[in-house]
Amino acid sequence: MSETIKKFMYLNRRAPYGTIYAWESLEVVLIGAAFDQDVSLAFIGDGVYQLLEGQDTSESDMKNFSTTYKALGDYDVTKLYVEKESLEERGLTLDDLMPLTWEDEDDDWAEKDSIRLVSRAELADVLDDQDIVYSF
Amino acid sequence: MAIEANGKVFETDEEGYLVTLADWEPVVAEEMAKEDDLELTDEHWDIINFLREYYEEYQIAPAVRVLTKAVGKKLGKEKGNSKYLYGLFPYGPGKQACRFAGLPKPTGCI
Repeated sequence: MSETIKKFMYLNRRAPYGTIYAWESLEVVLIGAAFDQDVSLAFIGDGVYQLLEGQDTSESDMKNFSTTYKALGDYDVTKLYVEKESLEERGLTLDDLMPLTWEDEDDDWAEKDSIRLVSRAELADVLDDQDIVYSF
Repeated sequence: MAIEANGKVFETDEEGYLVTLADWEPVVAEEMAKEDDLELTDEHWDIINFLREYYEEYQIAPAVRVLTKAVGKKLGKEKGNSKYLYGLFPYGPGKQACRFAGLPKPTGCI
């Protein structure tokens, strides 16, 4: 086994339905989570819609996969960066997003927030720090 | 391919997974187990039901690692290990148990 842990960033830029990008990204994340890398996700532009609370796809033929984001904590994917400006440009705040948490095994299973609200400039630094960035 | 039980036909894909999740009935699991030479006990059903609840909640079949951890938390530490789960489902708790539960093959399972 390789001991080199790399930083993987999955950049989500599109609305959840209409194209397959959001779901594909999520599947790749879940598959990749098996490889014990340092994984984080970022949501910018229309990508922030992927995390909206109360999604309803009953009028479309698409599966509502929004609840799958809640499983990310089980997969040890605990860093979800949301760009503040992208939310603001769409009239949204953190309160419009699903509460996403993970349980810290090393801290008596304390529930911790996965979503990290960051500014565009802060996110740029996070992206700079990655070894690999996948853009969806 | 298909499974016949209770006078009904349940369509399965080329790997034996149920095509339509909503079609599932307990008898599907029993028939699939019979084909795998397994008799389902309460311990098997605990896992099968757990998987169905997990899918209901998250819309995915969990990876084995995630399943193991979650079972340990919900059903007790002595059950949350791969030895116990492989003991119940020799073809792999991910693949075999998910198939019995009528779920798709776990994401990331090859």
